[in-house]
Amino acid sequence: MSELLRIENLTKAYPGVVANSDVSFTIGAGEVHALLGENGAGKSTLVKMIYGLVKPDAGAMTLMGQPFTPTKPSDARAAGVAMVFQHFSLFDALSVAENVALGMENPPSTRHLAQQIREVSQTYGLPLDPDRQVGDLSAGERQRVEIIRCLLQDPKLLIMDEPTSVLTPQEVDILFETLRKLQAEGTSILYISHKLDEIRALCQAATVLRLGKVVGRCDPTEKSASELAEMMIGSNLHRPSRPAQEVGPVALEVKNLSLPSLSAFGTPLKDISMTVHKGQIFGIGGVAGNGQDELLAALSGEMQAPRGAITLHGDAIGHLGPTERRKRSVMAAPEERMGHAAVPAMSLTENAALTGMQPKDLATRGMIDWGKARDFAAEIIARFDVRTPGTQTAASALSGGNLQKFVIGREVMQNPEVLIVNQPTWGVDAHAAATIRQALMDLASAGTAVIVISQDLDELMEVSDVFAALNEGRLSAARPAAGLSIEEIGLMMGGAHDLEVAHVAG
Amino acid sequence: MMVFGIDPIVLIASLMAASTPILLAAIGELVVEKTGVLNLGVEGMMITGAVCGFIVTMETGSPGAGFVAAAVGSALLSLIFAVLTQVFLANQVATGLALTLFGLGLSALMGQSYVGLKSPSFPAVNFGPLADIPVVGPILFNHDPMVYVALFTVVGVWAVLRYSRLGLILRAVGENHDAAHALGYKVVRIRILAIMFGGACAGMGGAYLSLVRVHQWVEGMTAGAGWIALAIVVFASWRAGRVLLGAYLFGGVTLLQLNLQAAGSNFPVQYLSMSPYLITILVLVLMSAGRRRNALHAPGSLGRVFHASS
Repeated sequence: MSELLRIENLTKAYPGVVANSDVSFTIGAGEVHALLGENGAGKSTLVKMIYGLVKPDAGAMTLMGQPFTPTKPSDARAAGVAMVFQHFSLFDALSVAENVALGMENPPSTRHLAQQIREVSQTYGLPLDPDRQVGDLSAGERQRVEIIRCLLQDPKLLIMDEPTSVLTPQEVDILFETLRKLQAEGTSILYISHKLDEIRALCQAATVLRLGKVVGRCDPTEKSASELAEMMIGSNLHRPSRPAQEVGPVALEVKNLSLPSLSAFGTPLKDISMTVHKGQIFGIGGVAGNGQDELLAALSGEMQAPRGAITLHGDAIGHLGPTERRKRSVMAAPEERMGHAAVPAMSLTENAALTGMQPKDLATRGMIDWGKARDFAAEIIARFDVRTPGTQTAASALSGGNLQKFVIGREVMQNPEVLIVNQPTWGVDAHAAATIRQALMDLASAGTAVIVISQDLDELMEVSDVFAALNEGRLSAARPAAGLSIEEIGLMMGGAHDLEVAHVAG
Repeated sequence: MMVFGIDPIVLIASLMAASTPILLAAIGELVVEKTGVLNLGVEGMMITGAVCGFIVTMETGSPGAGFVAAAVGSALLSLIFAVLTQVFLANQVATGLALTLFGLGLSALMGQSYVGLKSPSFPAVNFGPLADIPVVGPILFNHDPMVYVALFTVVGVWAVLRYSRLGLILRAVGENHDAAHALGYKVVRIRILAIMFGGACAGMGGAYLSLVRVHQWVEGMTAGAGWIALAIVVFASWRAGRVLLGAYLFGGVTLLQLNLQAAGSNFPVQYLSMSPYLITILVLVLMSAGRRRNALHAPGSLGRVFHASS
């Protein structure tokens, strides 16, 4: 296999942190190369250097035998490097064709471009209407816009940064078909992920990064997922577990709950019914934007429901607000940690006091006992391994994963009777994710009814006793999580949203 | 034909002139806001343009040179705003308000020795026989050059935003500056240029007041025209065509109420004076009511500070 891109000793330091140190690897022509690592391992910085967004401090790149020093993305694109971003670089208010045109150097006329988009999308089985507004598309369709934007430039190297994090299993299959087809045509792909099964299914070579350094190279098809995980983390991964137990009496019941959506782009809840028992973990899957935020708001009390639609131990609580529900030990941790779960400008002590006030008895006659509040914050920091200089640090100074550990820990440590979490381990590294999942399981073992809303199916399968899926604001019937196949789950999540599997003409 | 003692043809012809200052300022601000920057300093830039244009016209005797000077002067003033908000990441609302106050003060200082002077007249463009066509002639072909400059600016902005690659990039920067940056577009540079274009337009609009409408320099003579221009941009849903409509509506109602006052209408003067503001905003609100936010064309990054983190 001939060599496409050679990277030698790339180094990039930011004030206080070395993002990449002496990174070297090569990508062969027509190879799918995995870049594997935890959050913060330096994967994103590395690909930004290849794409010309970040200038390396030292090191050299060679593309097809020529020195390659892109100073801006258009240089990289001209040289045949295209990139699909993790957080899509799309413009909601513009049409598909306009979005595609913005990523090209010399776009043809709009009509011509629309024609090309249709052709490419047919060839690669990624149906897309060039005239639709991107704001109205699903996450999977948005990703297609990005991929087609890349494909129209005939790239030699396609960089994909965590492409599957927002897709249903069926959509992942279709994406893989497309990528394999590209590979057959001779395109190299640099595939960034921390999902080991995907890498084993798709890639022929892997470079493993940890704390900015290359710690291993391997052929992922020859390694097991746990071997890869060990290379990535550098130690054995503790898998959360809990003893089997009897299901307790019903704790929380939702009956025929319908609510309008929070915002213009939201999804209204339609006729949701669910029963959660004490000591049970109820997992709710589904692709983002199918009503997760609304369901959390309805359960936490942010959105008030008809009185009898939600009952706790038989008492109607649907009409109560969040504070009243917290008094009854119904707690919630929303997905958006910055500004929703935590106040960014306030210290960790203050944030801990904000929801822990009553259960932890932090106030007497309206005056806050700051000593107690500080102790509470310190306990959370210690138990959940929150990396922070101290309790006086502002929430906004913590990285997303660290703050996530803090906000989940804050609710878990109040020993609620019902806990609702949305995306509990989003953006958290594997170690910390295991800690959080273990804490949720321990809570359930102690008798709490836990509702976990997540888009990470592996996570849901790991922690849940019962599984249901949200699709366009409707909740499927709950089924025991043990023994569910990934296809069944995909169908519960609404399948592939009218996708067709790729079939190439010629 | 006369209605209430007012000749409709004369009214329409003069409303085109009366609306020109606001039209120019609003179309410039539209471009600025389309790139995601909220510049509340329109009033300050207009009045600075008014005084710069007046001074240069009095010194050179040429209103044309005055308009060029007004555009340059206000563009330079807006450059202060651009540097503060785009390079030093200052808050756009506070900086814009400060720019208005600064412009009002600066113009008063600069114009001290020009108070009470009368500027030379700015002759209409000679269209020859076209001006003699009944009805159409006096309405369309009997104006000074700036009326046509303003109209061409509106058409130009509309066409560029809608059809050109430059316009697409401008809209992209305003819609999502992080994504535009990730694709390699120079967000800060594009925004600074847009802010200066907005400044130049506002300056010409201000100079139109001092050089054509009033023929004098008076302290604070813009009297809120910059704020109306800002409001028109928002209520016009960031569309060039509706900005034209809003500006003409405002100019038209202003003239109409003045004529009504002059014609001795017994409607209270105060209500007549406030009517242009009320009617313009009411009409534009009704036009944009009941739509979803994205149908309103509000730029997604409007007013947000951009900091290239990568």
